[in-house]
Amino acid sequence: MGTVTAHGLSKSFGKVQALDGVTLDVPDGSFFVVLGPSGAGKTTTLRAIAGLEKLDAGSVHLDGRDATGDTPAARDLAMVFQSYALYPRRTAYENIASPLRARRCSPGEIAAAVERVSSLLHIDRLLQRRPAQLSGGEMQRVALARALVRSPRAFLMDEPLTNLDLKLRVEMRTELTRIHRSLGATFVYVTNDQVEALSMADQVAILKEGRVQQVGTPTEVYERPANQWVASFVGSPPISLLACRAEGDRLVGAEGWSLPRPRWTTAEDGRSLLLGVRAEDLSVEQRGAASLPGELYGLEPLGDRTVVDVRVGTEILKVKARPTVTGTPGERLVVSVDLDRAHLFDAGTGLSLAAAGR
Amino acid sequence: MAVSARRGRSALEIVLLTVLAVVMLFPVLWMIETSLKENRDVYAVPAKFLDFKITLDHYRDVFVSSGGGRSTLSTSFLNSVIVAGVSTVLATVLGVPAAWAYSRFALKAKKDQLFFILSTRFMPPVVVVIPIFLMYRQVGLIDSALGLILIYTAFNVPFTIWMMKGFVDEVPAEYEDAAMLDGYTRLQAFRKFTLPLLVPGIAATAVFALIFSWNEFVFAIFLTSSDDVRTAPPAIAGLIGGTTVDWGLVAASSVVFALPVLVFAYLVRKHLVAGVTLGAVRR
Repeated sequence: MGTVTAHGLSKSFGKVQALDGVTLDVPDGSFFVVLGPSGAGKTTTLRAIAGLEKLDAGSVHLDGRDATGDTPAARDLAMVFQSYALYPRRTAYENIASPLRARRCSPGEIAAAVERVSSLLHIDRLLQRRPAQLSGGEMQRVALARALVRSPRAFLMDEPLTNLDLKLRVEMRTELTRIHRSLGATFVYVTNDQVEALSMADQVAILKEGRVQQVGTPTEVYERPANQWVASFVGSPPISLLACRAEGDRLVGAEGWSLPRPRWTTAEDGRSLLLGVRAEDLSVEQRGAASLPGELYGLEPLGDRTVVDVRVGTEILKVKARPTVTGTPGERLVVSVDLDRAHLFDAGTGLSLAAAGR
Repeated sequence: MAVSARRGRSALEIVLLTVLAVVMLFPVLWMIETSLKENRDVYAVPAKFLDFKITLDHYRDVFVSSGGGRSTLSTSFLNSVIVAGVSTVLATVLGVPAAWAYSRFALKAKKDQLFFILSTRFMPPVVVVIPIFLMYRQVGLIDSALGLILIYTAFNVPFTIWMMKGFVDEVPAEYEDAAMLDGYTRLQAFRKFTLPLLVPGIAATAVFALIFSWNEFVFAIFLTSSDDVRTAPPAIAGLIGGTTVDWGLVAASSVVFALPVLVFAYLVRKHLVAGVTLGAVRR
């Protein structure tokens, strides 16, 4: 068992409102990712769940029971810190054993549990070392082992992979997913890396300035962003946003272009809108009737693909193209738009027009 | 680093350092010499630097009274040990947890509180000794070891809080967070995980507190009068008041008075250096 429910968490540090009514519902056994830029309140949310942060308002329920006033120890959660927070004077073994010692397990149980978790994480040969004698990746594994050595209600992870180099990060991503599957435990995982979020999560909550913007599966937040901010935060290269308005059966751009109005658009004529199109839904090859005239602004070759920057008036479109594409800046070209996969946002509120039905 | 490369000092440096050393060390040397001279050599003109007969009589006089038995000076030394020791322990026991609290917890008007604590040190003892004397007379703490212990503790607690807060700030709070998630209470987390990392800082702070209490003169001379309670600084000063001054005894008792602090600082020197340079090194 391990459901975590946070309701209306609010917390301010001086004048900064770190959390402003954060509500999360983490189902038992899920890999729940809290994604957001730095300063969004991700870590504060996690610390509030852990009981390390005193809340101004809101409640935390664990397994359906109100745990808002409980001490961290009483909550029966395990946490991996971004800085790892390994005890410097203690060996890796003592670090991993610490949660069991705190809970007064017998030496036999402790030895067995440490052995089990250290072979799971391949750190058997590091157990007698102190944190100062470990590399970043090894410290990360020891920190993970300290959490995994017992079976808490849920595991809380605060950007555990951020301090690792890219190769190790990709490896650990796979490994963490594997561990999650094999334990079937609840993970609440905080990150600012959308690739981590999209590749590991069952559910993603996107946080900005202490507010939850959207909760959903990775596909949902990518395919159906609730607002303009989520659309531009998730996805790389970022989504292109063009100012426009609906007029009859056309969408007319602020820069003078015009496109057929998508069938699903419900906006009344004249309302200020933003058309959002992802790089993969744009093409520099002719296909279909919907197209925008522009000029080549720059090329970003990325190996497996090239991102073409196209200037339409004063706005830049990011277009995904074959790696073989060539061109010179200033060259005129036409960008095809897959309007069935495009998004429309209200320019004032930023909310998606399709959030309800589509 | 560059130390080995710069072993060879310039002549000027050597001269300046020598002058400095002579100026700083001569009084100490003279004190030690005087304590070892016979009385007629102490007053000899011209002064004798090397060719005098060494005697330990003055040191005997420090501890043994002329009629046999313990001297009043030795009682004062014992009083000093008790007063300085107890007040240092008290200041550390009270100050370290307070420093931890000020470092870790969000408190209302924390900066104002800390400033208030510091402000109690703004006034030199001479300024506050009269009101303290009057208050002590009311509550019957005049001429008692407890009175001195309390006032020294009160002076050392602010110092301990300020100095220790710096050391606690250096220890990441996440060790305690991690320990609490491991299942420890907040106090256990402090005691088992943070406190051991503070030992160098505590040693450095305690040495400074001890030196203050050990050397303190103004409160001691105003608040105590009887030989049974008096600490060493006023007792030694009292040797200089009469018609004749036994300089040999004054020098010998001064040497005995200076030694414990030197020895103590030497014993904890590793912690002292670690404590003073802590924070200079990035973790």
